[in-house]
Amino acid sequence: MGLKSFSLKKSLWVFHFGGASCNNCDIEILDCLTPRYDVERFGIKLVGSPRHADVLLVNGSINKRDKPRLLEVYDQIAKPAFVVAFGACGCTGGIFAEGITFAGPVDTIIPVDAYIPGCPPKPEAMLSALMKLAETI
Amino acid sequence: MSKQKIIPIGPYHPLQEEPEYFKLYCEGEKVVDVEWETGYNHRGIEKLAEEKTFEQVFFLVERICGICSTSHPFAFANSLEEISKVEIPDRAKYIRCIIGELERIHSHLLWVGLAGHFLGYDTVFMWAWKYREPVLDLFEIISGNRNSYAMFTAGGVRRDIEQSKFAKIRQDLSELKKKVDLLTGAVMDDPVIHARTKNVGVMTREDIIDYAALGPTARASGVAIDVRKDDPYAAYGSLDWNVITAEEGDVFAKAKVRLLEMYESIKIIEQSLEKMEKIPEGDILTTIWEIPEGIGMGHAEAPRGEVFHFVKTDGTNSPVRHKIRAPSYMNIATFKKSCVGQTISDAAISLAAVDPCYCCTERMAVACDHTSGKQILDGEALIKRSQDKTREIKNKVK
Repeated sequence: MGLKSFSLKKSLWVFHFGGASCNNCDIEILDCLTPRYDVERFGIKLVGSPRHADVLLVNGSINKRDKPRLLEVYDQIAKPAFVVAFGACGCTGGIFAEGITFAGPVDTIIPVDAYIPGCPPKPEAMLSALMKLAETI
Repeated sequence: MSKQKIIPIGPYHPLQEEPEYFKLYCEGEKVVDVEWETGYNHRGIEKLAEEKTFEQVFFLVERICGICSTSHPFAFANSLEEISKVEIPDRAKYIRCIIGELERIHSHLLWVGLAGHFLGYDTVFMWAWKYREPVLDLFEIISGNRNSYAMFTAGGVRRDIEQSKFAKIRQDLSELKKKVDLLTGAVMDDPVIHARTKNVGVMTREDIIDYAALGPTARASGVAIDVRKDDPYAAYGSLDWNVITAEEGDVFAKAKVRLLEMYESIKIIEQSLEKMEKIPEGDILTTIWEIPEGIGMGHAEAPRGEVFHFVKTDGTNSPVRHKIRAPSYMNIATFKKSCVGQTISDAAISLAAVDPCYCCTERMAVACDHTSGKQILDGEALIKRSQDKTREIKNKVK
């Protein structure tokens, strides 16, 4: 294991992209930062700019208006980067997949490395997914 | 005009819950105009609802907004019950009130936390969200899920709250009351919070009426508008509670209204539990076999204001037209009034004070030069400005 992957393993920085979601996932992601789950003890941190991020966390169904922005954010992330689809809408489009503005689940737009199903997934699910992701480095 | 700058807030920002895009036009430090754009969160729900059966629409409207995920099914159930002229069992009414009020508590705690973050009090953010966890645990005990409870259906509720769970609910609520006391004390007595929030983002009574603002935003300006009192639904008419109002209309008043509303919610839940003890378990659903042709209007008081649902049916098993109006649609417009004339550092908290439900919007804040379009500030910098201002005041107070 090189120095780079060793240090990446201990400090996955996450950029959160909320598509056309219902907020539940967004709230649960924020919940991970708060004292009960405290994701920062694993070195995982939410960052404000995609350029600082190692992981792109996408939740919500992606509508026609979000799609170009998602692609832009993905372009800005320094590669190699992981993409995680969070929640039922992120994985498949969920209940909104039949909607008139739906532009495809995340994996049809950008390559996805991990899926976290649930509506919304519990914060524990996100912790466990990010831990498993770190193991693959 | 060469000095005018544009600061966009939105669409993708880690600390706003839903995507919405605001453009602040600034001259120096002062905000001179505000524009906003929505649509990043458009999911075509009203159209989707026409393709689903009534049973399925409950799960769909629940996912309009994750934080007010009871208010929408509540209003939809009210409208269907108006069409089919059904009276729901008493126990179901109390369960509906309990779920609605627990949701109000968790939503207000969430807001207190976010407001604290915008002001640079990250401790308040962490604490408020920590105290919110027991409420989510109660939801998990009652419904099996932390958010999106799937409790509502036409004619009643889908799950009972068993008598054996009452003790746990009561105990958690009494502990929560102490935590709310602590938060209220921290907000009410802190001179820095007073300095940051008093006379900031003021909405007068007339402004509220002009903009048709709803919920705590309106109540903080002395407009005692609350659907639970004005047109009681479920069991709210038979319970003893007060509509909390404040007169000042600034950010502080909005915080005060939300904090005090949590006590009223706790009161409502305690009374509902007491009344439920006299009603046998299991009587929670009046089966509606058929929804006749008709027009139904239902509303419910969400944590942010009145949620309104209009449903037109034609005797089949899905709505012909389903119109939804969420409170933030009205409240976000007040940002124009409350923000213009303020400094940039107060913009973040003025916006947050409305508790905008962006599930209908987007997030990220970037500041651009008006002429060149070059970015000057991003969302983080904007919040940082707000936090810096608090730090300055803190140092002065010392």
